[in-house]
Amino acid sequence: MKLSIERSTLLKAVSQAQSVVERRNTIPILANVLIEAEGEHVHFRATDLDIEVVDKALAQVERAGATTVSAVMLHEIVRKLPDGSLVTLTDDSAKGRLTVEAGRSNFSLATLPKEDFPIMATSEYAANFSAPAPVLRRLFDKSKFAISTEETRYYLNGVYMHVADSDGGQVLRCVATDGHRLARIDAALPEGASGMVGVIVPRKTVGEMRKLLDDDDMQIAVSVSETKVRFATPNITLTSKVIDGTFPDYTRVIPQGNTRKLEVDATEFAKAVDRVATVSSERSRAVKLSLDEDRLVLSVNSPDSGAAEEELAVAYGDERLEIGFNAKYLLEIASQVDRENAVFMFNSSGDPTLMREGNDTSAVYVVMPMRV
Amino acid sequence: MDCDAFYASVEKRDRPELADKPVIIGGGRRGVVSTACYVARIRGVKSAMPMFQALKLCPDAVVIKPRMQVYVDVSRQIRAMMEELTPAIEPLSLDEAFLDLRGTERLHGVPPAVMLARLVQRMKSELGVTGSIGLSHNKFLAKIASDLNKPNGFSVIGQAETAAFLLDKPVRMIWGVGATTQEHLDRAGIRSFSDLLRWDKETLHAKFGSMGNRLWHLARGQDSRCVRQDTAMKSISNETTFFEDTTDLDLLEGHLWRMCEKVSDRAKAKGLAGRVATLKVKTAKHKIVTRRVTLRDATQLADTLFRNVKGLFDQLDHGVAYRLIGAGLSDLCSEVEAERYQDLLDPNAAKRGAAERAADAIRKKFGPDAIVKGRSLR
Repeated sequence: MKLSIERSTLLKAVSQAQSVVERRNTIPILANVLIEAEGEHVHFRATDLDIEVVDKALAQVERAGATTVSAVMLHEIVRKLPDGSLVTLTDDSAKGRLTVEAGRSNFSLATLPKEDFPIMATSEYAANFSAPAPVLRRLFDKSKFAISTEETRYYLNGVYMHVADSDGGQVLRCVATDGHRLARIDAALPEGASGMVGVIVPRKTVGEMRKLLDDDDMQIAVSVSETKVRFATPNITLTSKVIDGTFPDYTRVIPQGNTRKLEVDATEFAKAVDRVATVSSERSRAVKLSLDEDRLVLSVNSPDSGAAEEELAVAYGDERLEIGFNAKYLLEIASQVDRENAVFMFNSSGDPTLMREGNDTSAVYVVMPMRV
Repeated sequence: MDCDAFYASVEKRDRPELADKPVIIGGGRRGVVSTACYVARIRGVKSAMPMFQALKLCPDAVVIKPRMQVYVDVSRQIRAMMEELTPAIEPLSLDEAFLDLRGTERLHGVPPAVMLARLVQRMKSELGVTGSIGLSHNKFLAKIASDLNKPNGFSVIGQAETAAFLLDKPVRMIWGVGATTQEHLDRAGIRSFSDLLRWDKETLHAKFGSMGNRLWHLARGQDSRCVRQDTAMKSISNETTFFEDTTDLDLLEGHLWRMCEKVSDRAKAKGLAGRVATLKVKTAKHKIVTRRVTLRDATQLADTLFRNVKGLFDQLDHGVAYRLIGAGLSDLCSEVEAERYQDLLDPNAAKRGAAERAADAIRKKFGPDAIVKGRSLR
């Protein structure tokens, strides 16, 4: 195999590959990226056995062929090469080396046989649809903060993407929860998605997939089967196993009867929470919200370190209420609000609280209070 | 102060007919010797020896299951007696403690040696247990002295005779020198304190790290560690070795629940809760496996602890037989900081917590067996 490729094109492809590769792994081939050159293209393929990413890039292929080389090392080399350089990759299979040349730099990297590289089994996808990048970006960006890291409830370690019934008909919905907070984000159902089975997209996949979504004009091809999900742009294909488990019935968790309404400027609210939380102990981060006629007092009382209080003008017309939250959770949900005021719907100091943006119910957050 | 064969002494006190019989305290056929009385020790029985081996050496031994609550009570009474001498007490276990007696002479009007002699006398007459005293100018030497002529011993190592005393003593006397360090020292030709004295500080440090530094000081009878009062408890755990190795998951679950209940009882009694739940198992081949999980909310509830360690247990590869299972709580905090959240996905958790508190109240009123979970009968 021999090919030449522009440095920035190569860097983009290899950086995606090296982030999929597990840093600590015991199977040497999994640290490698499979490079396959044929025709006018070169493919870079990397996997951790759960996720597989294939990057296709334009290259001048002098001699077709394939080999595997350390993804992290190749990425480091390409990253350090000067911008604008032309990189030549030459595989010497007899010596088991890949030569990387650019200008006066010359590297020789150990390779492993391409036959050893595990290719993810292809799958029959029951549903295929296309969605604009900004739509998927919103669905996953606004839900991923609530993904759990708890190992025992592994089925919470991802975003549950499924088709749901909403007031206005069917929607494409993403839900994540860790038992303390929950995010439920809806988007218009793309054509072809209605037959899709619900899948739990693992945390790492969400992170990797996010890199495909930066271009506003990009259409993402999404394919879903019971065991796998695939996100593809014309050049990058990301295939991932989904979490084998049942996502809990989250609908029971979303409070319907909360009537005490607080409306507050999300940015001001977040800043105030952040300020008072400074004195709370690192572990509990408890903030108390005291609500009374258009007045919100945020307070923290930490026996070891001190106390803090801040008052905010808000819209609140219900009876007095005192309720405690983890400051981190409040900040996370407040930061999801980007256009209008944050609207909190409370019931009592022991019940889950609902938060949304203005009257928009396409993004709903639930947060559990804590005893303060 | 170090009690002599503490558990066995308590048993002999309560059952005078055992006075001249070999008595071994320990659990079951599979367990290990936790304490052997001096009669049994003459026959070669030692602490931590497997029970079957002990019984081979001493077939006529009376084996008694430990009655921890009784020992704890006696230990408390001893503690109270010690507290009359000094507030600076560092307990090492139920039957062993360091006492810092500096400055107490003026208070009590007698020198420390007299106070301690009175202490053991009182322990004997009021509680019926004997103890050995080691009196010296630091912890290291006091510990050595207390072991010098057990049982009923009383040894004093004064500042002036320290060097001469240590000279020909073996280094394995040092508390904390285990088999491995012993072997390292042996290989370096260090067997007695006089061997140790020939080494300079730098070489010892280079060879044994921080331990080397300590050895250099100990060789000279120097030890600057303080008597620490009531070092905060770091973890609470309970474990049990089964009568027979088992692969029966139902049975294991029952054991695990009982361990969680014990841990929870102790945490509740002390007003503590833990943020980390730990599972420990030992396989039939003596391989120890521990798994831990950090909880987002500290807990002292048996139910919460059990659900978490059970989750860890379910993730193990269960192809093997187990001989031991245990549970623990660590990263402890006050119970005020515990159980602050409810779980959105587990709305019954609050009810289960309330049920556990109610059951606790019932047990307190009507005894420990008044109400139990079906699970604990497995």
